[in-house]
Amino acid sequence: MSGADFVALSLTPLLIGVLAAVACAVPGNFLLLRKQALIGDAISHVVLPGIVVAFLVTGQVSAWPMMIGAAGAALIAVLLIELVRRLGRIEPGAAMGVIFTAMFAAGVLLLERSDTSQVHLDVEHALMGNLESLIWLDATGWTSLTDPVALAGLPPELPRLAVVTLLILGLTWLFWRPLKISTFDEGFARGLGLPNTAIGLGLVILSAVAAVAAFDAVGSIIVIAMFICPPAAGRLLTNRLEQQLALSVVLAVVAAVLGYVLAGYGPLWLGFDNTVSAAGMMATVSGLILLAAALFGRHRRPG
Amino acid sequence: MISLGYNAVLVAVGAGLLGIAAGVTGTFLFLRKRALVGDAIAHATLPGVGLAFLLMVLLGGDGRNLAGLLLGAGFSAAFGLYCVHLISTRTRLAEDTAIGAVLSVFFGFGVLLLTVIQNVPSGRQAGLDGLLLGATAGMLFADALLIAVGGAVALFASLALSRAMVLVAFDEGYARVAGLKVDWVDLATMGLVLLVTVVGLKVVGLILIVALLIIPAVAARFWTDRAGQVAVLAGAIGGASGVIGAIWSATVPDLPTGPIIVLVAFGIFAVSMLLAPRRGVLAAWLRHRQFQRQVHLRQGLLALGSGQPIYEQLTLRLLQRAGLVRADGVATPAGEQAVADAARDEARWALVRREKGLEAVAARAGIDPLDSLLTPDQVADLDRKIANGEVAAP
Repeated sequence: MSGADFVALSLTPLLIGVLAAVACAVPGNFLLLRKQALIGDAISHVVLPGIVVAFLVTGQVSAWPMMIGAAGAALIAVLLIELVRRLGRIEPGAAMGVIFTAMFAAGVLLLERSDTSQVHLDVEHALMGNLESLIWLDATGWTSLTDPVALAGLPPELPRLAVVTLLILGLTWLFWRPLKISTFDEGFARGLGLPNTAIGLGLVILSAVAAVAAFDAVGSIIVIAMFICPPAAGRLLTNRLEQQLALSVVLAVVAAVLGYVLAGYGPLWLGFDNTVSAAGMMATVSGLILLAAALFGRHRRPG
Repeated sequence: MISLGYNAVLVAVGAGLLGIAAGVTGTFLFLRKRALVGDAIAHATLPGVGLAFLLMVLLGGDGRNLAGLLLGAGFSAAFGLYCVHLISTRTRLAEDTAIGAVLSVFFGFGVLLLTVIQNVPSGRQAGLDGLLLGATAGMLFADALLIAVGGAVALFASLALSRAMVLVAFDEGYARVAGLKVDWVDLATMGLVLLVTVVGLKVVGLILIVALLIIPAVAARFWTDRAGQVAVLAGAIGGASGVIGAIWSATVPDLPTGPIIVLVAFGIFAVSMLLAPRRGVLAAWLRHRQFQRQVHLRQGLLALGSGQPIYEQLTLRLLQRAGLVRADGVATPAGEQAVADAARDEARWALVRREKGLEAVAARAGIDPLDSLLTPDQVADLDRKIANGEVAAP
């Protein structure tokens, strides 16, 4: 494949996949250690009713209303889960299961009952994303990267995800100490006067932002896989949070790149002439990485 | 009466049986605090479906054979469950992490297989998407029969195992001493979850089947504290959701079965959470109000008794409504009596707190009048001690 083809067809989906993976893996580290790993799962399910409602209200498929709708739905879900847990004295897993399945069902129903035939909005898209279609038609080669006219034609998902990823990295760096302390020792954090509840809620909101931004481009499979697999693999390889975070970012990037390449070129190498789902392949590769860590990681043993 | 097709009736019956089985099975999952394991099992069915389709096509058969697809789903779900078990016992990762990892990776691999299938000749009409969200419209008779029979098998299996599962869920230690193999019961529970999931794939779909395992059990928990009753009630709620949802979606066009069943179950959950006696939100709020009123009345009466003015508006309003004070805050004759009663009760309480042998009563110290907690003899004894000046009046 020549440089021109690569830049036009593969560079943007690849970058978007990498950014989505990193944006999800970073907050995933903290969710994992706080035993909230499945929050990512719940959020990525409730995003569907959010974007459907946003579509029904605005009548068009445009990015910002849908992001706002999705973020709103994620927030409502977190509040409802907490409400059911507190008022009903139900264990968190079950409370989560009640709320996210019901909201997802409502989203599917709304989608099926409303007329969305002229727009590209369906459940499969929400689950699997459309990474392969995020191509950069204005690019003619590597030189396009410095050409403002061509850059204006970039798929809008790319700059949006870049901003969100930078935001997440920046906030994690800024609040590193409070985040770390409240994750490992809630009592000590309270003693220092750190607002544990606010930190926890902030982390969930940040995760929701990452999930929503990534979901828009790559679908919910990658979101759930990247929230969990790279941080879990990192956790099996080291005892230090700094190293775990760095490892999870590296592994997320590896999973995204390798997954994209294998999905796009793997079948060709095997003699088939069709590609397979890049999102599915990225999730699969992240799972294989976790498997390798579970088999050979230095700190894999319990305790 | 709504007239349903023969298939729709079979599907409704199957959905009802499946719902009962899911409710009963889900109760034990919920009581063992493993509700979301069902989610991992459900998502882990997808690669099995894809592989079964490819295998059946390779062998020259019809890839859409539902029994074959469900068999494949069962195998890969069992493998996924085994992975969750291995990750959470052999590595330091917690069970929720294991659930999330298995769920997303298996599902991702399943999606990958679906895109492979789309490129296989005859794969385009495979209709495997229907297994994501459930699709009962235009179902073959044999498939409807399979679902009805599968629902019945799941139901009988869960009823046969329910005694053992109640015992384990309620008191694991006792179950062990009583000679039950707890690990085997847990394994059987998981087997049932697997069966419910696989049978439910075509009706509810793999993304939402976990709702049928969780929601009825959580809804039932609001109404009773007894594990056996929770299971029965959850079965009833699950069955009702299945039947109502299946019929509803069969009679209205464009209504997917799975989401409707889930939303019916959620409706029952919402009603339970709001209205259930004792554990419900409304009952808790009324209890809170009742308690608040009692505290205000008692404080008001004690204030009147010691001749202090009452500034709290709620207290004044409550006293006035009970006919104990006049509008200007002066006690009525009934009020005078109530003030005296309150003062005497308070004096008795003060003594009870110091009295030996009455610690159990003192621990319940509150605003209940003491005569409702002690025998008349004990109360008379207290009054005698107060009269002898063994306690200072408050």
